[in-house]
Amino acid sequence: MASYAPWDAELARSIIVDKRSMPGPLLPILHALQEEFGYIDREAEPLIASILNISRAEVHGVVTFYHDFRSVPPGRHVLKLCRAEACQSCGGDRLAARAEARVGVALGHTTADGRLSLEPVYCLGLCAVAPSAMLDGRVVGRLDERTLDGLLAEVER
Amino acid sequence: MSRRLFVPGDAGAVALGSDRLARALADALARRKADVEIVRNGSRGLYWLEPMVEVETAAGRIAYGPVTDADADSVLEAALAGSDKHPLYLGKPEDIPFLKNQTRLTFARCGVVDPRSLDDYRAHDGYKGLERALSMQPAAVVEEITQSGLRGRGGAGFPTGIKWKTVADTEAAQKYIVCNADEGDSGTFADRMIMEGDPFVLIEGMTIAGIAVGATQGYIYVRSEYPHAVTALNDAIAVARRAGMLGEKVAGSAHTFDLEVRVGAGAYVCGEETSLLDSLEGKRGVVRAKPPLPAHKGLFGKPTVINNVLSLATVPIILERGGAFYRDFGMGKSRGTMPIQLAGNVKYPGLYETAFGVTLGELVDDIGGGTRSGRPVRAVQVGGPLGAYFPRALFNVPFDYEAFAKADGLIGHGGIVVFDDTVDMARQARFAMEFCAIESCGKCTPCRVGSTRGVEVIDKIIANRDRAANTVLLEDLCNTMKFGSLCALGGFTPYPVMSALTHFPEDFGAPPRLEAAE
Repeated sequence: MASYAPWDAELARSIIVDKRSMPGPLLPILHALQEEFGYIDREAEPLIASILNISRAEVHGVVTFYHDFRSVPPGRHVLKLCRAEACQSCGGDRLAARAEARVGVALGHTTADGRLSLEPVYCLGLCAVAPSAMLDGRVVGRLDERTLDGLLAEVER
Repeated sequence: MSRRLFVPGDAGAVALGSDRLARALADALARRKADVEIVRNGSRGLYWLEPMVEVETAAGRIAYGPVTDADADSVLEAALAGSDKHPLYLGKPEDIPFLKNQTRLTFARCGVVDPRSLDDYRAHDGYKGLERALSMQPAAVVEEITQSGLRGRGGAGFPTGIKWKTVADTEAAQKYIVCNADEGDSGTFADRMIMEGDPFVLIEGMTIAGIAVGATQGYIYVRSEYPHAVTALNDAIAVARRAGMLGEKVAGSAHTFDLEVRVGAGAYVCGEETSLLDSLEGKRGVVRAKPPLPAHKGLFGKPTVINNVLSLATVPIILERGGAFYRDFGMGKSRGTMPIQLAGNVKYPGLYETAFGVTLGELVDDIGGGTRSGRPVRAVQVGGPLGAYFPRALFNVPFDYEAFAKADGLIGHGGIVVFDDTVDMARQARFAMEFCAIESCGKCTPCRVGSTRGVEVIDKIIANRDRAANTVLLEDLCNTMKFGSLCALGGFTPYPVMSALTHFPEDFGAPPRLEAAE
């Protein structure tokens, strides 16, 4: 379970300034902000734009283009389920449906109590140990009903 | 020196509990006060045996697997005694047929060495390629790569030497080497294995590329789904820099070359080289129209060599052993070896590096052992989400760029995903279009709009609404996407769709073809 700092414009500014002189700094800045706060606050966009001297539209375009960047804080836990072909061949669809039914939200959503974000991922590169998942950064292979339920129980604690 | 016990730290092994196992083994060693060092090596690529633990003995390394943490004590007992009595005893890993029958050139050290140790890398012939490259003229290094016949292992299969020569011949104050480590194809994990298991070979390959074309800075663009690879690379780069193998005066020469790892953000299309470059520049990962080629105007508008991980990781052995040595493997215009990845519903999943020319049937049935579920193999998808589905009737096709193209498929990055007879090919075709719609960068219409229309048309075919007319429409749409898209995402999505429709028409509600009924 990751813990994030609450949004803080001054802290964000120092993160952005720290990386501004890198060649092509925008992705490293966004990653650093998300690592700190768990998401990219809307207020960060004009801040980045003014410090990097690019348009706000450009920043917004980048934030929304990439699947990784969140516009709202994630749940306290994040469970990513691989939805790509290798995992499909080993029953990944069935497991995804089971997870959705157990948790009560569809992939791509966070439970109402903010406990868990259920996210699809298109390949974790664990195709030789499919189906695979990642819970709060921890990789899990050869997922089956039992291990999936175990992961969901872990989140409940 | 203490004995070494190898417990893979490869993400695939970690996903099967090797971190927990390593802790259990460390505790067991501490209780015994045994003078044994645990090394977190990469994976040998025999994933049905992971976590596979190896111990150094006088007769070489001995393996046990698959080991769970509950087995830690008993395996340790057996390993320290070198005993063959343990039920998980596998003998010498090199003698396991799956490994023994391979030709490991790119993967020679993967799973063998300690990925954090430069000394171990050197002890296994590391940096011999760079040593030879430094004794040659840069143009001769490029020529050696051209002579080897190496083609881009990312999927496009473009001759690497020609790419390098174009950059070498372009005058510029600044040039770049970019490594495409955005391995997004489902069924592929070879890049990940190399980055985690033998990161120095990639660093060496990129350094040789830099010296050959006159580039002083390199970037490795790794996808964010690979956190273990990012850590392994950053650790190795720090070690190489401290040892004078990166930075100014590389290995005591007059050359400067340094490296930086950049992390992607979950966009499949960034595996396409021009959108990767835009992403590195801090933009949306939108595909660029070519020309200009990246070799002329690449990263930040400068001449750029952009190669896949496997291409660059193969450079050191080509320089060490010579272009002719590498060229002697393979068939036709596909020279050398290909690290093939057996994935999905397969009994023996893993990394199988072999010379081009092995047939699909040998790979799936003999080497892969058929399905893990024990049911008959019905289809295999080769080359990721943009690759064709092959029925058993085409299992005689040899693994070769041209032979696969002739069979309306592609070898791509060398991933093979096996499906048993429970697969619904109409659903797989629908998924191909759906995936394209999710991942399209949006620049060109055939991909952006065509993929969404494709999902709708396949839904109508599945629901038997105007099936005949909609099937014709789907074929027409695939044709438009194939020839009208700017890059391979829209251009190749028709491969899985059309191959599913052609080889498995019965899943779309049409009478089966003879070959598919086999």
